[in-house]
Amino acid sequence: MIRFILLQNRQGKTRLAKYYVPFEESEKHKVEYEVHRLVVNRDPKFTNFVEFRTHKVIYRRYAGLFFSMCVDITDNELAYLECIHLFVEILDHFFSNVCELDLVFNFHKVYLILDEFILAGELQETSKKAIIERMGELEKQE
Amino acid sequence: MAHSGMRGLSVFISDIRNCRNKELERIRVDKELGHIRTRFKSEKGLSFYEKKKYVWKVLYIYMLGYDVDFGHMETLSLISAPKYGEKQVGYIATSCLLNENCDFLRIVINSVRNDIIGRNETFQCLALTLVGNIGGRDFAESLAPDVQKLLISSSCRPIVRKKAALCLLRLYRKNPDIINIDGWSDTMAQLLDERDFGVLTSVMSLLVSLVSNNTDAYWNCIPKCVKILERLARNQDIPQDYTYYGIPCPWLQVKIMRALQYFPTIEDPNTLKSLLEVLQRIMMGTDVVKNINKNNASHAVLFEALALAMHLDAEKDIMSQCVALLGKFIAVREPNIRYLGLENMTRILLVTDVHDVIKKHQTQIITNLKDPDISIRRRALDLLYGMCDVTNAKDIVEELLQYLNEADFAMREELALKVAILAEKFAPDLSWYVDVVLQLIDKAGDFVSDDIWHRVVQFVTNNEDLQPYAAAKAKEYLNKHVLHETMVKVSAYLLGEHGHLLSRRPGCSPKEIFAIINEKLPTVSTETIAIILSTYAKILTHTQPPEPELQDQIWSIFKKYEGYINVEIQQRAVEYLALSKKGVSLTDILAEMPKFPERKSALLKKTEDTESDTAEQSALRLRTQQKASDALVVTDQRTANGEIKAGQLSPVKLPNQNMNVNSEEQTTTNGALDTVDLDPTLSTDLIGDLLAIEGPPSISVPTEQTPVSGLDQETDLIGALALSTVDEQSNSIKPIGDIEEWFQALCIKDSGVLYEDIYIQIGLKADWRAHQGRIILFIGNKSTSSLTSVQALVLPPSYLKMDLSLLPSTIPPRAQVQCCLDVINICPSRDTSVLDFSYRYGSVMIEAKLRLPVVLNKFLQPISISPDDFFSQWKSLSEPPLKVQEVVKGVKTLSLPEMARLLSSVQLRVTPGLDTNPNNLVASSTFHSESIHAMLCLLRIETDPSDRTQIRMTVASGDPTLTFELKEFIKEKLIIIPNARPVPSPTSLQTQNPVLPAASNDDPGAMLAGLL
Repeated sequence: MIRFILLQNRQGKTRLAKYYVPFEESEKHKVEYEVHRLVVNRDPKFTNFVEFRTHKVIYRRYAGLFFSMCVDITDNELAYLECIHLFVEILDHFFSNVCELDLVFNFHKVYLILDEFILAGELQETSKKAIIERMGELEKQE
Repeated sequence: MAHSGMRGLSVFISDIRNCRNKELERIRVDKELGHIRTRFKSEKGLSFYEKKKYVWKVLYIYMLGYDVDFGHMETLSLISAPKYGEKQVGYIATSCLLNENCDFLRIVINSVRNDIIGRNETFQCLALTLVGNIGGRDFAESLAPDVQKLLISSSCRPIVRKKAALCLLRLYRKNPDIINIDGWSDTMAQLLDERDFGVLTSVMSLLVSLVSNNTDAYWNCIPKCVKILERLARNQDIPQDYTYYGIPCPWLQVKIMRALQYFPTIEDPNTLKSLLEVLQRIMMGTDVVKNINKNNASHAVLFEALALAMHLDAEKDIMSQCVALLGKFIAVREPNIRYLGLENMTRILLVTDVHDVIKKHQTQIITNLKDPDISIRRRALDLLYGMCDVTNAKDIVEELLQYLNEADFAMREELALKVAILAEKFAPDLSWYVDVVLQLIDKAGDFVSDDIWHRVVQFVTNNEDLQPYAAAKAKEYLNKHVLHETMVKVSAYLLGEHGHLLSRRPGCSPKEIFAIINEKLPTVSTETIAIILSTYAKILTHTQPPEPELQDQIWSIFKKYEGYINVEIQQRAVEYLALSKKGVSLTDILAEMPKFPERKSALLKKTEDTESDTAEQSALRLRTQQKASDALVVTDQRTANGEIKAGQLSPVKLPNQNMNVNSEEQTTTNGALDTVDLDPTLSTDLIGDLLAIEGPPSISVPTEQTPVSGLDQETDLIGALALSTVDEQSNSIKPIGDIEEWFQALCIKDSGVLYEDIYIQIGLKADWRAHQGRIILFIGNKSTSSLTSVQALVLPPSYLKMDLSLLPSTIPPRAQVQCCLDVINICPSRDTSVLDFSYRYGSVMIEAKLRLPVVLNKFLQPISISPDDFFSQWKSLSEPPLKVQEVVKGVKTLSLPEMARLLSSVQLRVTPGLDTNPNNLVASSTFHSESIHAMLCLLRIETDPSDRTQIRMTVASGDPTLTFELKEFIKEKLIIIPNARPVPSPTSLQTQNPVLPAASNDDPGAMLAGLL
């Protein structure tokens, strides 16, 4: 299962953090710092997987943003790697050409999208169309 | 520019972005927080709209990394807002700001439940999302039924049902009891007919979690899983939205194959055939393509298919195809695929024997050990570790030792540990092992944990022929000028124990050895000083007649440390000085350490401890636990060849662990022996063992297996060696697991494992009707050769009639036989009956005495009883011996519900509310036996909330024996039995090489019960 998802920029600013297992506040700061340190300096030619404590982080970089998912050591790496990409495609579609600023100003929307995509640390929906349509429904309600 | 749709929030975010530095940002944030705090505190009360505005800001500030310790109540209150916009904020912010451990999350359970059972679908979704993301045990207990209803409701839209599935998964992980397995497997099977792929994806995650806990219950889902997989793999009727870069829902494919890996086998030949076809198709049909996403997605599926194929341990063709693919992968440039190739090669080694094929890739793997990416290096290390065996150990270990110099700091400790384990496991000769570990300490002392050098000491102590060599090596290292402190420790220790064996060699007189160690003394830490002091004491003991000059030097050092600031060292100095002044008569106290009882290598334990936690138990691990038996066989054979003595996998049996009916007799013959061996067994702290000067007084009892001591060393040396070989042969075949635990489990359920070792597994299934029962034993031969002289004998205690059907004396390889045992209960008793089971594997005779789970509660039938009936019975049974009362102390601290559960597990029906005092429990049941037929039993337990360790218990029934036995029975269940389980486990097992006392004709059941 996914333990947490982080969106961080190169400077290490967290743009989104979603935890599916309980962490203390101080621990969250530590985790975010460590994960950033872990991925930021890795060569693009390296694997997208890196061990983190007793789990592993699957990460992918898009422009200046790092998307990282911490998953169980036994989980299927490539499946989660593509899961990140699917999430990015959804964001891209929703914000039409997403950039970091979209995520900053609409952080609450990003949470909403994520909640339609992943729940309880597991994938809930893998159709981009279904999620975009669902977001449309929700926007109407507001 | 992008903006949030809320002006105030957008302005605030822009302000923050415009702050030139962190300091200004903090000022801006503090200002905002101050403002929000005053607004939240204001008397007037805020509208939901205002709260929403502020909560978003609070959340944003929180995301920036500032601690926000207020506003939680306002956030929670939004959950009960009537409008979607506000409610949504409440839900989202709550799931970010709080986690399941926050106590005040409880206050919203009701509002959340109202949303779940309400009519508004959007609200249902919000509530399910919150619970799915941060629901804890409280939520599990109060919401699970509602969530289940939504999942199976035919009127709910998929959007609700997929959230309900995952929400239920979360709650199930928090508390597995929320799903009642009976009937739920049918529901799951029905859910797999789902047309909506979102729901199906979510349901599949739920299924993975369910089967990982209980495969037996969900086998009916297998055919459906295979059907869906087939459909996906053939891309039949898959909606376009669910096709990802041309791959039909790769994630669902992966999940299905994950679920299938939890089923031990797939029995239906047609289903298996279809599945293998699909796997074959995936393995053959996955090509490397340019588009990276498509490539990743198809390989995600491929790697899962490989894992499933390995699990099924499919036909030879498929397996060799797997290995061929992996061989290709570990040589490709694409790092992710190479990484996964290495990882899966390590996994395949765990499930089938492909060592020979993989060895062909050894060079390639070693190249990967030097890859710039640490992730790849780690996998390469794991693989080298996994593929190591006797044939390539030298090469691999030397490669790893060399790599140690350049390895990352992050990896060195692991590397050192692995080198040490491999060296121990596969040493072609023991001196090589010593060489490797000493080199290891020399090269990477900082990364060599104490366990590693303790282990080498243990080995040397237990192998006389190794001692001079090890001592000489230690001396050699001490000659070096720069030395890691761990090297000083191990060398000092080895020279203290065995240095005298070198005394005839040049440069190795006690005086010279002392001098070379003493050079190091000024620069070492207190822990090492302690060891060195012991070494000096030992040098003195071994220097007979004493050399006055040496004695003076050492005594002056002891004197110097008499006033040392560290108490341990002070004590050693004082005691050693006093002891060594007493002369020869105390030599035995300072004699060599006796052999260590064989124990599992602490190093291996360490690697196991580092196993990570995962949401679901790893399917692979479940499987390798079963496979562990193969590893044992291999080591055992090697031991028989005498190549390596008593490796960590073949523990030497301790005499005092043997249990047979005549334990008394054994204690008398081996009386003193017990004390000899008990000591080291009990002390778990190795350093304690190593340094304990008193040690076990080995010398006093020169019986067999008594370690060679300093005094009679010369005379006994040959004899001791001879004995040690006997030792080797008497390796017992140990059960894989805990017999006592199996027995206890079977006492409260009716099927499970009774016994298992590397060759055999005995499963048991029981069926109870009133005072009669039938037990079927399933005896399976796990090995590839026949088991002969199979014998089972039941020794029934007087209260049972037992009749065992005939058992064939030979069980063919991989075959299972059944044997039936009919039981009739004559009268109440707590004694247990024993199954005396034995068989022969090759020339080894293996015997097990197994307690049968025919216990009192098997003849109880829970009964609900009305208050009137209860009280009239209770009053009519007024006097002992029909009604007895006892105050029981030393009770396990259990909460009332736990206690109630315990009682119902032994078939006593607890009736809540019967007793008006909430601290009391009242239960009832019917007991069946031939002599008294059905008899009502009543029980009342009064607890004391201020002292959970004592209770007052009253038991009543129409039969005095039943009353007494039942009271004692329940008492046994409730109190803490010191030492958890009787040390001479009544069920332990041993080979028959040593002379066994003849089985007693007494009623063993009665004796065993006495032990409790």
